[in-house]
Amino acid sequence: MPTLKELSSRPERFVSGHRLCPGCGAGIVARQVMLAINKPVVVGCATGCLEVSSTIFPYSAWKTPWVHSAFENAAATISGAVAAYQSLKKQGRISQEAVFVAFGGDGGTYDIGLQSLSGAAERGHRMLYICYDNQAYMNTGIQRSSATPLGAHTTTSPAGRVLPGKLQHSKDLPAIMVAHGIPYVATAVPGRWNDLVTKVDKAVNCGGFAFMDILSPCRLGWPHEPALTMEITRLAVETCIWPLYEVVEGKYRLTYRPKEKKPVTEWLKLQRRFSHLFKPENASLLEEFQKSIDRGWEQLLKKCESA
Amino acid sequence: MEEKKATWKELPEADVLEGGSSLQFKTGNWRSSKPLHHMDKCIHCLLCWIACPDGAIVVKEGRFLAINEDYCKGCGICAHECPKKAIEMILENK
Amino acid sequence: MGQNGKKVAKTGNEAFAEAMRQINPDVVAAYPITPATEIVQIFSQFVADGAVKTEFVPAESEHSAMSACIGASACGARSMTGTSAQGLALMWEMLYIAAGLRLPIVMAVVNRALSAPINIHCDHSDTMGARDAGWIQIFSENVQEAYDNLIQAVRIAEHPEVRLPVMATTDGFILSHCLETMEMLSDEQVRQFIGPVPARENLLSSLENNRPITLGALDLQDYYFEHRRQVAEAMVKAGPVISGVAEEFGQRFGRTYGFVEPYRLDDAEVAVVVMGSTTGTAREVVDKLRSAGQKVGVLKIRVFRPFPVEEIVRTLSPLKAVGIMDRADGLNAFCGPLYPEISAALYDEASRPKLVDFIYGLGGRDVSPANIEEIFSDLLQVARTGKKNFNLKYTGVRE
Repeated sequence: MPTLKELSSRPERFVSGHRLCPGCGAGIVARQVMLAINKPVVVGCATGCLEVSSTIFPYSAWKTPWVHSAFENAAATISGAVAAYQSLKKQGRISQEAVFVAFGGDGGTYDIGLQSLSGAAERGHRMLYICYDNQAYMNTGIQRSSATPLGAHTTTSPAGRVLPGKLQHSKDLPAIMVAHGIPYVATAVPGRWNDLVTKVDKAVNCGGFAFMDILSPCRLGWPHEPALTMEITRLAVETCIWPLYEVVEGKYRLTYRPKEKKPVTEWLKLQRRFSHLFKPENASLLEEFQKSIDRGWEQLLKKCESA
Repeated sequence: MEEKKATWKELPEADVLEGGSSLQFKTGNWRSSKPLHHMDKCIHCLLCWIACPDGAIVVKEGRFLAINEDYCKGCGICAHECPKKAIEMILENK
Repeated sequence: MGQNGKKVAKTGNEAFAEAMRQINPDVVAAYPITPATEIVQIFSQFVADGAVKTEFVPAESEHSAMSACIGASACGARSMTGTSAQGLALMWEMLYIAAGLRLPIVMAVVNRALSAPINIHCDHSDTMGARDAGWIQIFSENVQEAYDNLIQAVRIAEHPEVRLPVMATTDGFILSHCLETMEMLSDEQVRQFIGPVPARENLLSSLENNRPITLGALDLQDYYFEHRRQVAEAMVKAGPVISGVAEEFGQRFGRTYGFVEPYRLDDAEVAVVVMGSTTGTAREVVDKLRSAGQKVGVLKIRVFRPFPVEEIVRTLSPLKAVGIMDRADGLNAFCGPLYPEISAALYDEASRPKLVDFIYGLGGRDVSPANIEEIFSDLLQVARTGKKNFNLKYTGVRE
């Protein structure tokens, strides 16, 4: 694992001057991922916050070849780029080594882009797909996604007089990706940069399709104090809301175990999207939230033990 | 910040543009507060650098050098992450 | 006719697949759909047999197939695909993006009716719906043309002044599944005609040169219009390039093509405008009516995008009445898609014919010589009286 000193000697390929919000998690994720890849890299982005904020013509924050075509197809677009690379390499028309990375938000990944993601994973293109997961459609103004947690207030799952925010749990996308039989799947958070950087390095060197789901706080949509962006992701790990693990060739492994599992309320109370859950009438929902996290954590531990 | 805008005949084909050109776009004027760094407390752990969404912490040869105010948006993550409280957020003087 | 051509019997789909083998693209990404399935099926076998150098991406949908072509083309790879109807409809979003990013993707399209009701047979509603997407569109009358058009499409798309995607089409089943004799060029002739991909800055070259580019950035109010203006200009520039490529093709291989193909129009008073496989039937009817002394003719449109305004004005303005045979409906309570463009092209002419729209052949409805005779009979009456009793007629539907 490279030290921060070593990382700081690498060229920045996601550079300053982008227009993500102050304190945006996606900016940290993009920087850390790009620093972690110590090879020439071609990047594709799905439409979303990261894409629109980093490439407003005529300014691009990507100091590496970068392409955007649409919202639901970052995996398909990059799969074509990988095919081109392999074809030209085979023909001796290029000599440059390159790795390929696609970024999508949870909208472009869990929902509208799931088909294209699944297709590219099944075909096994040699690429890393990164979901910077801010748990709602933030770019269009905080609408629910299938990554939005239970009870969260969004503009299309608002907390109101009769409804307590989102009624459904988020889906387990990493498990769906594991089911594709791809060589590498992992979760990460920017607040544990060393874990993230290590995993990105493994992912781009795994020899096939790799998927990472990276929790990416949205100070406007969650919303939280912008200074807490890194802290809040560590708290997601400590509460087991966002456990850190990797799945190498189908084998689960925890990459970090909290010393003492904190109650979910520690994480929820920092974000206004959950403030209504602390009202007495929503006590049972809060309880259900904790139970579902406990259940998920136990299941994950079992998967790790059996591996 | 006003750039001379090219005509359709002058612009490169498609919307191709130079990677990394956002360095010409300064976001420092977004700030309402700014980080004040105290070198005497700094241990050069670089945790501020890896946490900055805007790449606004300048590091030279593995050591903290400065905060680049051209890009710092004043989010305060660096101050929060600093284990030695070497960075404090102060109101931006306009 | 041709020089060095080898006479073979091929269906439209086989001809497209053979042309693709000879073009030998760097990347093909495709998804099967009736009646275009065979193109990708036959091509897959070429890949499996090592007959091509192509990286084949068997995408999970047409949307992803076009997306993969976009990613590949953005890396400087010669990229191709093929589809039809619903598949083209699923690509819609990406068609505009391929053109807007100026990527010279070449696509074999087999024209088929759009659902609903679901139908697998020919009409032109699929590609007509893509008419404003920024793709060059070349229609084929027969299997030979389909083959020749696809090969020319590569040169047109990649020309430095154009750099727009091109679709070459055949009529579903009528051409795609119909065995015809055609002359096939040698692999070497095709290779020499299309040449290597012209050098151009792309994602991979920019990585090699260490001057990384960004492609597909967000244009706001201050740049979008300029970039779209460039696309419009590329379509203008495509005109002479299409002519030049056709001329060179003719010189080398003995088959010449224009934007339009007039048939017995020189002294005609009445004509129909057609696209695709119906042209042959229309010619037969013209011959029959000519022998009965009627001054009738046909104008075939081969290149629909860019729209051949000059050729249309030159050939149609002297006529008295023209019937536009639209194999798609506009569902606009007025006319099909071809009619208004021809009408607009002729509007400013001092002398111009009366125009009548005939929507025909939807969902593969057979168009018989009798249908076309009926159209001519209507048109001859308009020419005689100088008056139209109707603007639009549905030909061949049960009333």
